[in-house]
Amino acid sequence: MKITSKIRLLAVSAGTVAAVLAATASGPAVAQGMEQFFPALVYRTGPYAPNGVPWANGYVDYLKLVNARDGGMNGVKITFEECETGYATDRGVECYERLKGKGPTGATVFQPLSTGITFALTDKAPGDKIPLVTAGYGRADSVDGSVFTWNFPLGGTYWDAADILIQHVAKKEGGFDKLKGKKIALVYHDSPYGKEPIPLLQARAKMHGFDLMLLPVTHPGVEQKATWLEIRQQRPDYVFLWGWGVMNSTAIKEAVATGYPREKMYGVWWSGAEPDVTPAGDGAKGYNALTFLAPAGEGQVHKDLIKYVYDKGQGTGKKEDLGEVLYNRGMVSAMMAVEAVKRAQAKYGKKPLTGEQVRWGLENLTIDSAAIKKLGFEGFMNPVLTSCDNHEGAHTAHVETWDGKQWHVTAGPYQSDLKVIDPIIRASAQKYAEEKKIQPRDCSKETKS
Amino acid sequence: MFYRETGQFKTSYEQDQAMLPILQDRYFIAVLLAFAIVGVPLLASDYLFLSILIPFLILALAATGLNLLVGYCGQISIGHAAFMSVGAYAAYNLVLRVPQLNFLVVLVLAGLIAAAVGMLFGIPSLRIKGLYLAVATLAAQFFIDWTMARVKWLTNYSSSGSVSTAPLDIFGWQVDTPVRKYLFLLAVVAVFTVLAKNLVRGHIGRTWMAMRDMDVAAEIIGIRPAYAKLTAFAVSSFYVGVAGALWGFVYLGSWEPLAFDINLSLNLLFMIIIGGMGSILGSFFGAFFIVALPILLNHAPGWLGMTLSTAMVSHLESIIFGALIVFFLIVEPRGLARLWAIGKEKLRLWPFPH
Repeated sequence: MKITSKIRLLAVSAGTVAAVLAATASGPAVAQGMEQFFPALVYRTGPYAPNGVPWANGYVDYLKLVNARDGGMNGVKITFEECETGYATDRGVECYERLKGKGPTGATVFQPLSTGITFALTDKAPGDKIPLVTAGYGRADSVDGSVFTWNFPLGGTYWDAADILIQHVAKKEGGFDKLKGKKIALVYHDSPYGKEPIPLLQARAKMHGFDLMLLPVTHPGVEQKATWLEIRQQRPDYVFLWGWGVMNSTAIKEAVATGYPREKMYGVWWSGAEPDVTPAGDGAKGYNALTFLAPAGEGQVHKDLIKYVYDKGQGTGKKEDLGEVLYNRGMVSAMMAVEAVKRAQAKYGKKPLTGEQVRWGLENLTIDSAAIKKLGFEGFMNPVLTSCDNHEGAHTAHVETWDGKQWHVTAGPYQSDLKVIDPIIRASAQKYAEEKKIQPRDCSKETKS
Repeated sequence: MFYRETGQFKTSYEQDQAMLPILQDRYFIAVLLAFAIVGVPLLASDYLFLSILIPFLILALAATGLNLLVGYCGQISIGHAAFMSVGAYAAYNLVLRVPQLNFLVVLVLAGLIAAAVGMLFGIPSLRIKGLYLAVATLAAQFFIDWTMARVKWLTNYSSSGSVSTAPLDIFGWQVDTPVRKYLFLLAVVAVFTVLAKNLVRGHIGRTWMAMRDMDVAAEIIGIRPAYAKLTAFAVSSFYVGVAGALWGFVYLGSWEPLAFDINLSLNLLFMIIIGGMGSILGSFFGAFFIVALPILLNHAPGWLGMTLSTAMVSHLESIIFGALIVFFLIVEPRGLARLWAIGKEKLRLWPFPH
């Protein structure tokens, strides 16, 4: 009797699996027509959720706003679908495969908000002809568009960030020559994300003769006792923090516990949002981080968001959280993708575009100060102007400081030194091209209109 | 009725020792293989290949490897993802530094390197057993993880520690589309499965099982424990090394040490526990359960027409997945393979059970 029930159970479960498999094979039906599909790779769960949620809310809210306020992009409605990656590379790749074919023209552009997923998708994007936008993260060498045709690290890379931090501390010390003999510690997330700035910092260390201490923190970063013990012993002059998610707030709490002055701590732009400092309470006062232009706050675009999206009950998050650092950054990321589609529409016509056509738009993006003002983003982002051999479009950042209640811009703007960064980018891109057997494009032959 | 052996007489030792002695089993496997080779490529979408079938095949191979050690020889290991990473990085370096090698040769060499490392970390098994051995293999996991992240030469001085591979080419046959990747993997996995099946039925497999069931008794009947345990570690690491190389080259394309972290080790262990310890078939069931089920659960609300928030779907996935593991272990602690065997028994007697 018992065995019979087991068999029945087995048969039922086998049947369910078969039915579900059949459904996967056919795939859900997609609505056709004047629609442009935006996949949204997000993480709303797991150790990185505190930072992933505001970014995701900003990203999808802006897409909703474009539909509600402008009726889409020149008449083409935006559709989108979220897929939870949990910041894990394998799930990110699964989400990419799941969403890449949706919509009448396929996915427009992928923005994974994870350097690990970026590395994995960099291999897949050229085959599927879908651009990959990594605004403020991803591979630094993908600035070289002749090799990385499909990657767009819009607005800044980690090499810019590291370079700007060195410039800032040099200025505080009174010149690059004063850095000699100083000790700078890099506390980094032990993943491609955290390791990205190392080559640039090493090059700078050689130039100016400072000591670089490399202190990796393993994922997810809640255990940092050993790292901060070493900092207490070695007493570095500055600590650069390259963390994400709970790692940031843990690092600040550990700094409080070991008595390391927060004024000498500098985070990258992913270590400078509200969820990073608020858990440490008053202890976080004086902590610094990089930011693109304004740290947080509201502008015209937020008023539109409240009027067209939140007042109609369509908002993704809470109204009070509008204007947070990461919310704004998610919004800027979505805006740049939307602008790229509009730019490409000028060339290919006002209809749903393929990833390949949007790629051209991304490569010829012109978001100057006038455009930023018109879009309502004044004060939130730097102009981004891209071309075939510059897929980044901006190299500017400011330094912000947490006063216990909010972020204030305290220094800047800084421009990263291209004389230092550019040779490293070209050499690294060259090496990648050789490894993957890619023939670099000739940028002088690309059309501009 | 479906499964009657009446009239199938064995007239020679070969027939008696055949891998599939029952005619119906042979038919079933032939049809299954034919379907996998011809039917699946015709029916499946790219998504199904890339997100479910390809990882399933590779992890089934890895689970088979782990099953040889844990299920057949009784030596527990929670460091097998590390041996996978040894295979992956060995293959990466071989392809990079000796580009004229054929990938099939690279695969075997990568497996052999992983086997050597596996034997090295298997040495503690000569002295310690059970949970203590598990902790010793855990050391392998962390040590190898650390090595891959810190020794720059292994990643060809990549600034981020992430390595990436060029598309595969086997005798001029490009393994680039999802269907080709699938067929290539199917061939590799089929060959290794047959090998494993024969290995456990033969002399070596019997020494492993004797070791597992009672090491003192095995020693008394003349089995050398060092030989039995180390061969199990070597063969098992060879399998996972090959699986690791495939995981890197065919599935991921580019990876960092984090791709082979402790979670993967634990997942492999869960696969054989849920699938069935000491069963090659169980490795496949277990791999399917662990690879496909979370993804199917994640899709389910969409198919059922429910609109839930992304976070809710993700939480539901974890809850149901966990509950199902508990459920299956309560229904049949010896794994899905045991359920399958019971099913076969029933079919044999149907419709006249006694």
